[in-house]
Amino acid sequence: MSYNYPDSSGHFEQFGGIYMAETLIPAVEELRQQYLRFRDDPEFKAEFAYELKHYVGRPSPIYHAKRLSESLGGAQIYLKREDLNHTGAHKINNAIGQALLAKRMGKKRVIAETGAGMHGVATATVAARFGMECIVYMGAEDIQRQAPNVFRMKLLGATVVPVESGSRTLKDACNEAIRDWVTNVESTFYIFGTAAGPHPYPMMVRDFQCVIGNEAKVQMPEMIGRQPDAVIACVGGGSNAIGLFHPYIEEKSVQIIGVEAGGHGIASGKHAAPLTGNAKVGVLHGNKVYLMQDENGQIIETHSISAGLDYPGVGPEHCLLKDIGRAQYVAINDDEAIAAFDALCRFEGIIPALESSHALAHAIKIAPGMSKDKVLLVNLSGRGDKDMNTVAKLKGITL
Amino acid sequence: MSRIDTTFAKLKQQQRKALIPFITAGDPSQQLTVPLMHGLVAAGADVLELGVPFSDPMADGPTIQRASERALKNGMSLRGVLGMVAEFRKQDAATPVVLMGYGNPIEAMGWEIFAQRCAEVGVDGVLTVDFPPEESHEAFEHLQRHNIAPIFLLAPTTNEARIEQVAKLARGYVYYVSLKGVTGAGNLDLSAIEQKLPQLRKHIKLPIGVGFGIRDAATARAVAKLCDGVVVGSRIVQEIEDSTEKNVVANVGKLVKELRQAIDQ
Repeated sequence: MSYNYPDSSGHFEQFGGIYMAETLIPAVEELRQQYLRFRDDPEFKAEFAYELKHYVGRPSPIYHAKRLSESLGGAQIYLKREDLNHTGAHKINNAIGQALLAKRMGKKRVIAETGAGMHGVATATVAARFGMECIVYMGAEDIQRQAPNVFRMKLLGATVVPVESGSRTLKDACNEAIRDWVTNVESTFYIFGTAAGPHPYPMMVRDFQCVIGNEAKVQMPEMIGRQPDAVIACVGGGSNAIGLFHPYIEEKSVQIIGVEAGGHGIASGKHAAPLTGNAKVGVLHGNKVYLMQDENGQIIETHSISAGLDYPGVGPEHCLLKDIGRAQYVAINDDEAIAAFDALCRFEGIIPALESSHALAHAIKIAPGMSKDKVLLVNLSGRGDKDMNTVAKLKGITL
Repeated sequence: MSRIDTTFAKLKQQQRKALIPFITAGDPSQQLTVPLMHGLVAAGADVLELGVPFSDPMADGPTIQRASERALKNGMSLRGVLGMVAEFRKQDAATPVVLMGYGNPIEAMGWEIFAQRCAEVGVDGVLTVDFPPEESHEAFEHLQRHNIAPIFLLAPTTNEARIEQVAKLARGYVYYVSLKGVTGAGNLDLSAIEQKLPQLRKHIKLPIGVGFGIRDAATARAVAKLCDGVVVGSRIVQEIEDSTEKNVVANVGKLVKELRQAIDQ
């Protein structure tokens, strides 16, 4: 049986759906209809492809991390270089897709939530590119730890609104963006940053991000004459991961591994790994997913060194891939991610984002136990420039 | 006949409109919720909407967000809210109580257990803000089995086809969200409500309550003229926030009395 999700009502078996307040239901329904209309429209596809090539700089290369691999003495690690995209991460792929849709729907105001700030920067960028007003909601805590990205967004003409409620991180930024959307539903397009939220977002964001995996499927045979043995990506909401994974779902010889943020360790409870930590199914931000919550159904505060992974839920398609066993999900702790960050800097001259460092850390963990002819393809979803303050602080250095 | 149906039937006979205040359970303290509920009834409330606090109240403005945070800090849980309704019912067997909140605390408890507990303690209706009809099949089945009314929201953006769909599923009354925005917003547009209501009435045979943005006696009176019930939330929650534990019941009672008089005028 072939894999074909979501169904027409936006469900990935029990996951997904449209759990939104009534005021927004017509908006998500309109979005669904417009997306389905333009998705296969040759003109839309051509414009999207043009922007990806000439504005983002795609295709992003695949790079053989030879020195790093040699130092580990096992499997060869290859990197899909999403960090080389314009704005420095995979987020731009989706932001452009949604902005092109917003343009066709006549929306002149876009809003976004952001955690690490990469999606905020991507949205601010496309808003400038297409002449739209842009408001970005960002948790006050994240504004502290990602100051350079806040400045970038402002340079690009966006208004950055600090969110002081709740845990003052990504989930609270989502809440606030939803409140803005419900208030300005007719004028505003919500450029949602990850493959989660109400239908059609998980499907639409995935489709826009699938350029990652589609390119890799062509590039890997060109480089090594075959597909990799495993594809590995970090999972917060999971958009870079699903973009790489989805084209590989039917390639049964390729193992799929998602890496969640283990924080201080799963046992400590201070993590952001709903899949690895066996969280219960719940409903938040428009979809039913595995969700970190207490026994009363209140969402609990998560912890990760990486703001982009610091989220209590995960996209519905990852929940399904876990349940059907097609993908395996593991967690990498803060300190392991930092060690991988350092390793890539020193061995390859590449400064990775802390989010991507989680995926890399898992590859570093398993490579030594594999033979040298095995190949791991890691999605290097973003670059680490934005993380200078966080890493410096950890090392006891004031910039 | 259910408590909600009886209440609205009686009001209709008297040619009066329902006053439906909202408070968040556990705000300002767990001990004060049941006295506040009785105080609301004494001041003239017809139906009580009791908010179940949630960590991520996406549809609420700052006032009710803060109330949820206070309530959670006070240890409020869905289980605790059900206990409060049981306590309230010891002295009030007539006033309908509707639980209002987000779906996840109920998902965590399980819909069947929840619906069963609602029936046991005397909850009459349940409104889950983030569960539209499309995602309410399971909820509906369990609530229906225990004769708990599923209360649905309709919004200015709701089209006619959806109104028809909600008309089939809804019981008790229908809650019309008067504006595009979160609770407590200030942009109430009376003429827009007036224009929308005939479209709602065409399909909805149940009483229609209107809420969001009703902040004083004047707006309450104006809205009451257009519909069957007026829901007042943020204004009351604000009064709770501005009061001390000593005078909160009296202050809220005074406010609700004013609203009652305005609606009855």
